[in-house]
Amino acid sequence: MNLFVEGFAWILDPANWSGPGSIPERLGQHLAVSATVLLIAMVIALPVGALIGHTGRGREAAVMVSGGLRALPTLGVLTLFGLWIGIGLTAPILALVILAIPPLLAGAYAGFESVDRRTVDAARAMGMRELQIVGGVELPLGLPILVGGIRSASVQIIATATLAAYLADEGLGRYIFQGLKTRDYAEMLGGSILVIALALVVDGCFALVQRIVVPAGVRATRTRELRSRPARSRAATG
Amino acid sequence: MIEFRGVSKQYPDGTVAVEGVDIVIEPHTTTVLVGSSGSGKTTLLRMINRMVDPTGGQVLIDGTDVATVDPVRLRRGIGYVMQNSGLLPHRTVVDNVATVPVLTGVSRKQARARALELLDTVGLERSLADKYPSQLSGGQQQRVGVARGLAVDPNILLMDEPFGAVDPIVRSELQQELLRLQGELGKTVVFVTHDIDEAFLLGDQIVIMQQGGRISQAASPAEILAAPADAFVADFVGAERGKRSLHLTEVDGRTVVVDGDGRPAGVLAP
Ligand SMILES: Nc1ncnc2c1ncn2[C@@H]1O[C@H](COP(=O)(O)OP(=O)(O)OP(=O)(O)O)[C@@H](O)[C@H]1O
Ligand SMILES: [Mg+2]
Repeated sequence: MNLFVEGFAWILDPANWSGPGSIPERLGQHLAVSATVLLIAMVIALPVGALIGHTGRGREAAVMVSGGLRALPTLGVLTLFGLWIGIGLTAPILALVILAIPPLLAGAYAGFESVDRRTVDAARAMGMRELQIVGGVELPLGLPILVGGIRSASVQIIATATLAAYLADEGLGRYIFQGLKTRDYAEMLGGSILVIALALVVDGCFALVQRIVVPAGVRATRTRELRSRPARSRAATG
Repeated sequence: MIEFRGVSKQYPDGTVAVEGVDIVIEPHTTTVLVGSSGSGKTTLLRMINRMVDPTGGQVLIDGTDVATVDPVRLRRGIGYVMQNSGLLPHRTVVDNVATVPVLTGVSRKQARARALELLDTVGLERSLADKYPSQLSGGQQQRVGVARGLAVDPNILLMDEPFGAVDPIVRSELQQELLRLQGELGKTVVFVTHDIDEAFLLGDQIVIMQQGGRISQAASPAEILAAPADAFVADFVGAERGKRSLHLTEVDGRTVVVDGDGRPAGVLAP
């Protein structure tokens, strides 16, 4: 318990809020690395996931590849990339992209798949082009699930981005590695608390976005179901 | 005019859904495809707008093989109404109706104005325009589906069991509405149902399908009743039973029509 108090005391210590390696600076680096990783992973995973969800083809392959990527230990991958590419941010960013792809891929294809096939069929029968179906029907209706994928990816990235400090002087992970080396447990714990807090805040933000992107017509269904549960016969009378 | 010439369809899994079908559908008439579940009605219907491509034979619209027409362009010129309305749940009623016109380049404002008129046409209050499909009753949703099918003012309207999921009272209301609409608009309607009464009510031509996707008989309702092609058709339309098997008896000097169950159906008008 004492250690926790020390950890918080370290965070609140004004000395850690300015100068090189200050908390705001490390926080900014951590966020920048995480955002870069998220962006790269999204550019790779979302179109592929959308294509799989739209066509209903390649799902097994995606599940297999995702499973394979998930099984890779990020620290191992990072070490490998580090040995291959050298010190710096490139190796951790690559390792984190690999970490982020499975949840993004799953979110994208699950989101697109979740759209009622009859709705898609009707859209096609009306004369919507495939891209118009993707953008105008599947994307808006599948968005909450897709954002859910981004949400879990971003939390994983932020938690694991501490490893960036293993190969570069970047991010909140520095405090953890530094504290470990110098046996400064207050610094180590302070750094961990910051990472956890950041992950929770980002998670909260995406939870909010996930709610906001539920289309109004779909939200209307939910409230209607709630309202009409006691008096179900209303629907039957047309 | 829509023409099926020796049309067959075998799905990739080997199911033969339609086999050797020839039908001629005259313009401005209603043709009803009727038959039990799995007899290939939907498959046949969807060949007209290339949602399904035949594996044999040709489908022609006004003499042009649809296989030579770009599917998207073809579909935009043909109205399509399906059982569960198929409305886009995230768009309001008016935007649903205006969807295709907007895609084809009509301005949003114009498309919405036209959509509002179409709500009148199908007997919906304009106050529903800004509601979402999930806020409507099943019957209202089907009306919106019909309005959407009419939005591009198509010559052809395809309807796949459009009234299959609503209760009998609403269904009969919608049927009457369709008859009125058809009287006003004179579209070429191809209508799928497995309700023979609905077929007799709406159809100028009735195509009776049997398992394996073959046509048992294609003729007017009267012809089918008068001369069912085979025992299957006779049984399917119930020509020898119940309310279709009418006979006359004399009661107090007037001729009364009695159905197969012995219930009086009416009097013969002099
Ligand atoms: N995409 C498909 N792939 C394989 N088989 C199919 C496919 N679509 C339909 N079938 C099969 O083709 C046959 C005809 O189907 P279709 O949907 O045309 O029948 P239907 O007369 O419309 O039936 P219902 O009254 O139940 O709607 C059925 O045996 C069905 O299982
Ligand atoms: Mg069908």
